Amino acid sequence: MSYMRDFTRGLWDELPPFRMVLGLCPVLAVTKSAEGGLGMGLCVIFVLTLSNIIVSALRRVIPRKVRIASFIVIIATFVVIVELVTQAYFYSIYTTLGLFIPLIVVNCIILGRAEAFASRNGVFRSTLDGLGVGLGFTLSLTVLGSIREILGNGTWFDMPLMWSSFEPFTFMVEAPGAFVCLGLMLGAMNAISGTRAS
Amino acid sequence: MSEIPRMLIVLTLICAACALLLSGVRSMTADQIERQILVNVQGPAVEGVLEGSENDLIADRRDVRVDDRELTVFVGKRGGDPWAIAYQTSGVGFGGDVEVIAGFDVTSDEITGLRVVMHKETPGIGSKVTEEQFTKQFDGRAIEGQHAIEPDGGDIESVTGATYSSRAAAEGLQKAAALYDEVKQQVLTP
Repeated sequence: MSYMRDFTRGLWDELPPFRMVLGLCPVLAVTKSAEGGLGMGLCVIFVLTLSNIIVSALRRVIPRKVRIASFIVIIATFVVIVELVTQAYFYSIYTTLGLFIPLIVVNCIILGRAEAFASRNGVFRSTLDGLGVGLGFTLSLTVLGSIREILGNGTWFDMPLMWSSFEPFTFMVEAPGAFVCLGLMLGAMNAISGTRAS
Repeated sequence: MSEIPRMLIVLTLICAACALLLSGVRSMTADQIERQILVNVQGPAVEGVLEGSENDLIADRRDVRVDDRELTVFVGKRGGDPWAIAYQTSGVGFGGDVEVIAGFDVTSDEITGLRVVMHKETPGIGSKVTEEQFTKQFDGRAIEGQHAIEPDGGDIESVTGATYSSRAAAEGLQKAAALYDEVKQQVLTP
């Protein structure tokens, strides 16, 4: 039962961008399209799950005083692997995400999970936690990217979606549109959780 | 007391393991990354400057040694004979190296075209050197000559507000032109 909890926590209660309001830099930057959001999310799932596994496996070996340095080295390693692999095999995603792949290193969600969860729990639970939080992040980015792409460009994953006379609302794919869209979603999420609590 | 050595040892071991893993992944992906750049970045540029070739430009590329440096030369063929060559050089721009691919007609010794393939210039200002408006000025010029931008006393119109970037692209072409005779000789002798 509690294993289930480890996984589902990242999907709502600790949903990274909306509930925790963490890792907003890539959230705002790469969600111009649904593809960018999904690609970024998958990269983060990979890095987060593997770094959680390694950190939890080594949690008794790593001395407390150098734990942050160790975590960063481990995270950076997986990020460089993601960068090389996307460049080699998924070149279109690599050009879409560009600089934001190396910036996963400084995404506080990943270091946050390593410090708050993986360094205190076993390998299996940390894997579930990584997958759950990563999946929550991916879904959030894909939804945000979808809304911005459909309204701002009239397409979804590059497929035309709107009627032919639809005038794209270009504002949505530009930087200010990202803030507005994110703000509206945050408000909606708060309203939903507010009604659930009462 | 044993705390400091332990910290050093653990951190060193972690770094060493990570470095080993990364060098493994790097050597596994290196060929594929090179191929992706060839197809996605250099390919379109080479096809642009060697327009009218009948061969597979990427498959027919070859490496030559000029000035103790490996240079990948793309050879355009028409009716089975090489008519033009293209290769990549770079100039120093405002934000780093500006990589260009220049094409040369080996039958008439003229420039067939210039494309900027990679740069880190200011978006919207220096990045304009990638546009046709600027690069088309090089088309059809005789390779002999100085190919300098106007502020340097030449006759290439530089992009307004982007003298450094324009100079870098011209510098790339000048470097390519300087290598031309030697590359041509090596490519044409079987």
